[in-house]
Amino acid sequence: MKILVAVKRVIDYNVQIRIKEDGSGVVTDNVKMSTNPPDDNAIEEAVKIKEAGKATEIVAITVGEVKAQETVRKALAVGADKGIHVKTEGALEPLAISKIIQKIVEKEKPDLVFMGKQAIDDDCNQTGQMLSALLNWPQATFASKIEIKDTSLEVTREIDEGLETIEINTPAIVTCDLRLNEPRYASLPNIMKAKKKPIEEINVSDLGIDITPRIEQLKVEEPPKRKAGIKVANVAELVQKLKNEAKVI
Amino acid sequence: MSRESMEYDVVIIGGGPSGLSTAIKLKQLDPNLNICLLEKASEIGAHILSGNVFETRALDELLPNWRELNSPIKTKVTKEKFLFLGKTKSLSWPTWLLPAVQQNHKNYIISLANLCRWLAEQAENLGVEIFPGFPASEVLYNDDGSVRGVATQDMGIDKEGNKKDSFEPGIELLGKVTVFAEGCRGHLGKELIQKFDLNKGKDPQQYGIGFKEIWEIDENNHEEGLVMHTAGWPLDNSTYGGSFMYHAENKQIFLGYVIGLDYKNPHLSPYDEFQRFKTHPAIKKIIKGGKRISYGARALIEGGFQSLPQMFMPGALLVGCDAGTLNMPKIKGSHTAMKSGMIAAETINEHLKENKDLSIFDQKFKSSWLYKELFEARNVKPSFSWGLILGIIFTGIDQILFRGKLPFTLKHKHADHETLKPAKDMPKIDYPKYDNVLTFDKTSSVYLTGTNHADNQPVHLKLKDPNLPINYTLEKFDEPAQRYCPAGVYEVQKENDVNKFVINSQNCIHCKTCDIKEPSQNIVWVTPEGGGGPKYGNM
Repeated sequence: MKILVAVKRVIDYNVQIRIKEDGSGVVTDNVKMSTNPPDDNAIEEAVKIKEAGKATEIVAITVGEVKAQETVRKALAVGADKGIHVKTEGALEPLAISKIIQKIVEKEKPDLVFMGKQAIDDDCNQTGQMLSALLNWPQATFASKIEIKDTSLEVTREIDEGLETIEINTPAIVTCDLRLNEPRYASLPNIMKAKKKPIEEINVSDLGIDITPRIEQLKVEEPPKRKAGIKVANVAELVQKLKNEAKVI
Repeated sequence: MSRESMEYDVVIIGGGPSGLSTAIKLKQLDPNLNICLLEKASEIGAHILSGNVFETRALDELLPNWRELNSPIKTKVTKEKFLFLGKTKSLSWPTWLLPAVQQNHKNYIISLANLCRWLAEQAENLGVEIFPGFPASEVLYNDDGSVRGVATQDMGIDKEGNKKDSFEPGIELLGKVTVFAEGCRGHLGKELIQKFDLNKGKDPQQYGIGFKEIWEIDENNHEEGLVMHTAGWPLDNSTYGGSFMYHAENKQIFLGYVIGLDYKNPHLSPYDEFQRFKTHPAIKKIIKGGKRISYGARALIEGGFQSLPQMFMPGALLVGCDAGTLNMPKIKGSHTAMKSGMIAAETINEHLKENKDLSIFDQKFKSSWLYKELFEARNVKPSFSWGLILGIIFTGIDQILFRGKLPFTLKHKHADHETLKPAKDMPKIDYPKYDNVLTFDKTSSVYLTGTNHADNQPVHLKLKDPNLPINYTLEKFDEPAQRYCPAGVYEVQKENDVNKFVINSQNCIHCKTCDIKEPSQNIVWVTPEGGGGPKYGNM
């Protein structure tokens, strides 16, 4: 069985995001970038499945500028066998990414496609679902447990009401939740070995798909600052303030 | 426990200017050398903090064509100011009356973090293997006592010291020569200085704590290329320190404050001195309407010539601020750190090729401009132990009239941890409340550093005696860790009327001040899990 895992390079989760002065986006120059955290879970799960003898090959794919390759290298360092970097410039929407991965799936013919449930930069949470529609494959989103069966998967999903367990046929798409596992560290010798593993570079223009943006971004701005709260002396004052100042009751 | 090991010709600890210059120079001298460089930060530059007005002398020698290599050295110094601050007034000191070492017209305003990222690219292009996120936690020795290499930190250990599922053992990196370039108060450097008695006959080392904020300011107040320093308020005459303000590109200014860690009053809070400094009319008028976008702090090494340890030992070299090559009157350590790394590289090359002893480092160092520079600068810092005014008068005589050639050398008398006076004998300082416009509390400042340490790992700030902070230091010195730590790591909390010393180690920004200033040397800074610590951008 072959697993394709999609990874995205995003601003590190510890970094405080800063908006560009002209509101055209966020500052990314000299900012620490990392792999999107749930994508690390996706890679980890694939590696675990391979270690359990249930998969034979793991291919890590990323889409983006040259430096996005770092995320593929990291995936190779923790156990992926091969990398693919689809080279693009500028921002891409989930639909474009889904179309790109669809093309790669047609070429690589994996049995499973794993990715994070959403990226922490745009929070879209759409790529897995769109890919599922484009490929006409079943999907299991927000996976916190995956069990491999002969021709199907049993997946536990993190949903608002609690946990939902479903069974889907393979080939399938799974988007991974942070609770799925604890990603391992890349060891130094494995990072060195990863430098020698192959990364195939593909120009997006060679895939023959339309990736034109469908959304026009008007403005990026900081959320309004929360005003400091006040302490009220008693319930009567609270009610009075809610009624006359906040005008909510 | 057996660990995997890897062998290299040279292992370098630390991806700052000295370590990277060592690596680049070595590859230039012999492209076939196998060189590995470890960095504890998650990426090169993420733990680097410096003013920085950069003198290109060492870089001109290392990479003469740096101007063609898309380097981040762009903003030339165009104008200089030096102000003496009173509480509300300021007096501008004519720049022609500044010693030559404090004149910057040939220098550049840079971000040292970005310079290091760029140097790392040059090093990687030459074939140096760079591993960020791997702190060297332990020195390895041969049977004959010489340095054999280092071991990296184990990953995936929980608070109690048990292995987690994600446990990944550290590995041993063995070098024919190991170069320690950890920066100021490197924890392995500290061990080596002690073990090999490298500071024998030297004065006690001197340190400072430096703060830096990056502000984006109103373009009407911004003068790209302007370098401004101040002395005086808010510090008193007996406390050594001053500020810098460098107008960089993109309407940014690098605003910072340095305070000598030999201060005497345990009630002094370096962080709050810096915060209130920004409210001085001469500073406020420039940053008003601007926005603070970064914050950080780091200890710096100020002892200079008199405190500089021997930099070679069997199997290893100590370079840059790990040894203490900063030129204090120049307020610059990057070019000197780079030069020390380059001399180390030449030494290692001859050691490997011609089997010369590493002690040839000393001859090379003594015949270099680096030595001359540090020698001439030697008397400035100790003269300030007589107070700001006498220090300035002496420095004028020493640096302008005699150009550092006075026939005597002043001594540093005390180590910084010995200088605190009992809390009851010193005046309390009433710091103003933060206004969240110009001045900010520690929590919101630390937030800007992006610092983080994976939770459930052992505390990396070790107490030799866990009871000492409450039983002794609190009573005698009002536990100054609460104030000298720029990240709010240390707190004394009252629980049911009992005092408790709390270490919020996840806040640590790796400045090393606690390791230096703790009066009983009771706090020991060791490396946390790899990749932890601040995530500085262009600091």
